[in-house]
Amino acid sequence: MQLIVLIDIGSTFTKVSAVDLDEARLAAHFQAPTTPRNVNDGLQAALTGLGEELAKVGVTSADVQRAQKLACSSAAGGLQMIAIGLVTDLTAEAARQAALGAGARVLKTYAYELTEADRDEIARLQPDIILLAGGTDGGNYTTIIHNAKVLAALDLKVPVVIAGNRSVAPEVAAYLKHNFSTYITANVMPEIGRLDVEPARQVIRQVFMETIVQAKGLSKAEELIDGIFMPTPAAVLRAGTILSQGIAGHTGWGDLVIVDVGGATTDVHSLGSGQPSRAGTVMRGLPEPFAKRTVEGDLGVRVSASPLVEAVGADVVSSFLGWEPERVRALAARITAEQDFLPQTPDDVRFDQALGYFATKAAVSRHAGRISEVYTPTGPVWIQEGKDLSQFKAVIATGGVFINSSAPAHMLAGAAKEASNPFELKPIDPTYYLDSDYLLAAAGLLAEEYGQAAFRLMERSLKCVR
Amino acid sequence: MNGKTLVLGVIGSDVHAVGNKILEIALKEAGFRVVNLGVLVSQKEFVEAAIETAADAVLVSSLYGHAEIDCRGLREAFIEAGIGDIRLYIGGYLVVGNQPWEETKAKFEAMGFDRVYPPNTLPEDFIPELKQDLGIEE
Repeated sequence: MQLIVLIDIGSTFTKVSAVDLDEARLAAHFQAPTTPRNVNDGLQAALTGLGEELAKVGVTSADVQRAQKLACSSAAGGLQMIAIGLVTDLTAEAARQAALGAGARVLKTYAYELTEADRDEIARLQPDIILLAGGTDGGNYTTIIHNAKVLAALDLKVPVVIAGNRSVAPEVAAYLKHNFSTYITANVMPEIGRLDVEPARQVIRQVFMETIVQAKGLSKAEELIDGIFMPTPAAVLRAGTILSQGIAGHTGWGDLVIVDVGGATTDVHSLGSGQPSRAGTVMRGLPEPFAKRTVEGDLGVRVSASPLVEAVGADVVSSFLGWEPERVRALAARITAEQDFLPQTPDDVRFDQALGYFATKAAVSRHAGRISEVYTPTGPVWIQEGKDLSQFKAVIATGGVFINSSAPAHMLAGAAKEASNPFELKPIDPTYYLDSDYLLAAAGLLAEEYGQAAFRLMERSLKCVR
Repeated sequence: MNGKTLVLGVIGSDVHAVGNKILEIALKEAGFRVVNLGVLVSQKEFVEAAIETAADAVLVSSLYGHAEIDCRGLREAFIEAGIGDIRLYIGGYLVVGNQPWEETKAKFEAMGFDRVYPPNTLPEDFIPELKQDLGIEE
């Protein structure tokens, strides 16, 4: 059998999966704790464990050694970026979307002219990459040039990806190239009403592979494997894209949502145009990318348990559980403080379920678009901002809180539209699926070279849950 | 292309899309770079689009009689955003009923519009003035 090993170096666990390419089937899976000081140790342990698992099914260690090994990583803080644009709701938002879609954690987004205080703040935040946008093509150029001049004095070695007004891109690069490696790519917003984030995403990924992996000490791991190809969220988004659109010989699933509830953050990916489903609706605001990712830094089920409870309201969580608000707050605080909390008692488990449900509910609500009714002299008109997910038929859950739960569908129900909130464009009555083998990121990696195998692997491993 | 950028749109809760489309086509044929925001455009959207595109002029349409309410403070919003000297044009059915045109025109000029056009103005009626205002040689 032709074997390929797919590796996800996470902040807590290094997960390795061996996939039989001929059958598009998971051959073995193993995970070991990530070792932050030298990721190589954790990776080695995981690969050894995987080798033992594979030996049970008759695969020799020589075969494992020979197998191609591809990795994605969110270790060492993941890919951390700063996004800079001109107008908050236009190029600054477009730059933020591009960075998120490339799998980054966006530390901060800046709009308009940068100040010296902003520059000091960027130096403190220590991003891995800066994405510099601003101005449509042929539009405003004074701001991006000003911002390049301010950044030129930044005391930080950081790659700068330039994705603003193309008329001045070479000039912008000229101000920066003495101190920084610069990369010029297409404008994230070439004209008002049009988003073009894919070229910037590609360049960010390339910079990640070429320089960030080394800077983060992940290059040692590269001795064992064939390369770290992308940040983990980018792999998940890639998997979702293939699953939604299909691939030669395989019909895609159509519009879908992926919810990844983690300990610290909750990611939501939507794959689909999100155009209005109601006739006569007018779209407002920034156009939405087909593959959209949002990250909620205050919604998570471990270190972010307290922020999650505060975000949705302790009273809401307490009435859901039938507990006193004080008890909810206290348990959330305990989970936030304890690094390795594992639910023990039945109440712990119930609370964990509640956290997963509310993280899903709040994150999908923030990701989804909104509709509002406006009265005009010619009658009422509907205005939509953001993506309409109401006709999205599949919601896929990944992350430990779902996978380890006995009732993941109850948590996932938070993703669906509620009758009490008719203006949120969340999925109406979707089918729920569970990434029970932690394979989504692996499938995204696999899709780089073996798209059909990745598609079949996902179809096989995603379990429908009720 | 004449090198000048125009932002246009129909302001407020106004959904009259046809004239807006005709205007876009006529202005493009006349050589302008046109950023058409369409219908139901807020003041904020006009200002933000003008900033990003470094527009030379903003053309506001209003065809449902509520222009005075919708345009109140628009010039001030441009001033606040740092592009207060941008040229502002408005045209359409600006007020309800049969009010004397001169009064309406004076009212909108006082609000900071450089030119105010009455109903049924055709593109060929005002494009020469627009070119003249923006210093475009024929």
